[in-house]
Amino acid sequence: MFLSRYLVGFPTAENMADEYGRKWDRCLADTAVKTVTGLGVGIAFSLLFFKRRTWPVSLGSGFGLGMGYANCQHDFRSPFLIHGRMVKDQ
Amino acid sequence: MLRACLRGANATARKHCGRTPLTNLQHSRHYTTGESSGAAKVVAAGLVTVGGGIGGTILYAKWDHKFRAAVESNVPYSDWLLGVALGPPSQDGLPVKKECHDHQDTSLSAAVHPDTESAAAAEPLRERPVEEVTARLAQQDQEEQDVMAASLEDSLSSSAKATLHAIGAQEAALQAITRHTHKLKEAMEAEVPPQEKSDQWKDLEAALTDRTSAVNDAGAALLKASEALDSLKTVINKSKGLKVSAVRPLVLAAEENLHNMVVDLDKVVTKVQSAESEAKIVSQYSELVNEAKQQFQREVSSLTPEIQANWKGLTGKLSADDLNALIAHAHRRIDQLNRELAEQRVREQIHIDAALEQQKLEDQRAQEKAVDTALQHIKEEARLEQERKVRREHRDVMEAEMRTQLRRQAAAHTDHVQDVLKVQEQELRAEAEQVLSSKMLEQETCYRQLSQEQLDNFTLDMNTAYARLKGMEEAIDSHVVAEEEARKAHHLWLSVEALNYTLKTADAESPTVPLEGAAQVVRDSCHNSDFALALASALPEESLQRGVYSEASLRARFNSLRLLARRVALIDESHNSLYQYFLSYLQAALLFEAQQEAPPTQLSSEDLDPFKLLSYASYCLEHGDLELAAKLVNQLRGEARRVVEDWLNEARLTLETRQVISLLSAYANAVGLGTTQAP
Repeated sequence: MFLSRYLVGFPTAENMADEYGRKWDRCLADTAVKTVTGLGVGIAFSLLFFKRRTWPVSLGSGFGLGMGYANCQHDFRSPFLIHGRMVKDQ
Repeated sequence: MLRACLRGANATARKHCGRTPLTNLQHSRHYTTGESSGAAKVVAAGLVTVGGGIGGTILYAKWDHKFRAAVESNVPYSDWLLGVALGPPSQDGLPVKKECHDHQDTSLSAAVHPDTESAAAAEPLRERPVEEVTARLAQQDQEEQDVMAASLEDSLSSSAKATLHAIGAQEAALQAITRHTHKLKEAMEAEVPPQEKSDQWKDLEAALTDRTSAVNDAGAALLKASEALDSLKTVINKSKGLKVSAVRPLVLAAEENLHNMVVDLDKVVTKVQSAESEAKIVSQYSELVNEAKQQFQREVSSLTPEIQANWKGLTGKLSADDLNALIAHAHRRIDQLNRELAEQRVREQIHIDAALEQQKLEDQRAQEKAVDTALQHIKEEARLEQERKVRREHRDVMEAEMRTQLRRQAAAHTDHVQDVLKVQEQELRAEAEQVLSSKMLEQETCYRQLSQEQLDNFTLDMNTAYARLKGMEEAIDSHVVAEEEARKAHHLWLSVEALNYTLKTADAESPTVPLEGAAQVVRDSCHNSDFALALASALPEESLQRGVYSEASLRARFNSLRLLARRVALIDESHNSLYQYFLSYLQAALLFEAQQEAPPTQLSSEDLDPFKLLSYASYCLEHGDLELAAKLVNQLRGEARRVVEDWLNEARLTLETRQVISLLSAYANAVGLGTTQAP
């Protein structure tokens, strides 16, 4: 019931497919953004601090890609995450 | 001679039975002393002894009947001798016989006999068995009375007989006198031939003798009657003197009888006397006539001596002288007779006067006598009346006393009877009350029973009538209700049909119109049926608000979902990394299962593979079995399950709605069928 209530606001037939699509979009976009951002930060660090070395660029893009991956996985894993909470004993 | 004398002496002794044998002996002695011979003495002594013995025996036999009976039975010829001497042997029950005889007499004779009255009066006394003493006394009285009555009856009957005899004799004398007188008259007056005349005179003589004998007889009978009446009078006086109360009516009646007899006798005597005087006159007349005749004859014979006294046949024999002489004599005689006649007339006047005097005297005498007798009779009557009155008064007094006694007895008896009646009344009343109460109780119970029965019947009838009425009302109500129900059911059916129809309004992509309106109509049409209400309220909220998807749209969505589910078939709670997604996608891309597959009747563990389940569900969906498809889809796990969750909800919603609607339609059909009445 709660679920149905919860689901009321959503178009249900394409809901899941749309959800997956959005997740994938978001993942890709996020990963792309994070990768690009890591690449830029790596280029900056390579230019500024490491005198045009290449590893800061690959590190930065790796960070960005990793972050994007982690976010995507988390996003996909979200329905199965269980958030525990403390129940105070009275 | 001596024997004859002795026999005579014996006979006298037998005749005078009361005499002692001593006198007899004296007699015989007197007779025997006359002779002096020895043999004669012996013979006389023997005879005296024998005679004395016989006389003594006879006397003793007379005194003692038993002895007489013994003698008669033992000594031969003694019964004859005793019978001669004492008469026939007397019986012991002589007085009884006499009494019986008396009773017979009284019953036979027409005269007043109060014996029956007294007997009737004595009867109730004798009837009382309780008072023996009084009964005995009454018996004694009765005996005395009987004796008295017997004597009275005897004397009365004898006197009556004598009186009757005397009266008869007097009557006979009277008749003889009258006959004699009549004949005398006839003889004197009739002119008959001398032979007849002599016959007539002979008759007259005979009549005279008859008359004299009759008169003598009458006198004797009168004497006897007067004697008998005297004896009756004495007897009556004697019985009067006895003062026996029961005899008094008897005595009175006897006195009355006596008086009547005396009166009758006197009457007859006077009649006879009058007849005698008349006869005397007639005889005097006849004597006078005879005397005159004789004188005339004598005169005629003296005149004509030659002519005999016979007058007849001498008409031709008389000469003129004779005739002249006769005529002269006749003339003289006529003169003389005329003179005598004149003289006689004068004398007759005197005679008539004398005779009138005599007649007057005689009349006076007769009158006096008649007056005397009448006076006597009246006196007697008055005396009798007085006695009767006294007796009546006495009887009145006695009656009054008896009445008081009777009243007292009646009062006592009444008291006794009242007591007895009271007791009886109480008893009877108690009994009657008991009976009454029992009857009342019975009647009451009966009545109660009846009334109860009636009431029961009435109640039963009322109940039946009421039940029938109720039934009718109920029938009508039920009819109405059924009508209503039918209408409602129809309404319900219509609404359910409308609901059902709304289910079919769904497009392929969009759900149906919201079922709220139709459901509301259904709810309105079945607001009194809990079942229908429950069913109507069991419709899911979402279907009401939003509507449900049709099976076709669900099928279409399932087909689109199936790909997704295949792609995430490998993902579950523990395997949900991105890598797993890649693998799952790869698996889905690499696996080619049957598009549709008939589900087995029983699912095994290997059948729970998502691909198989999906193909089963697809088959079911293609064959219209959404429920089974939903069941199969329900077996999915992990991410696939999460993917089909929405579809499953929708399918559930649809199924729920459809189930409810089918139930409602079944209910509406059932109600409609139930309320549909046979035409």
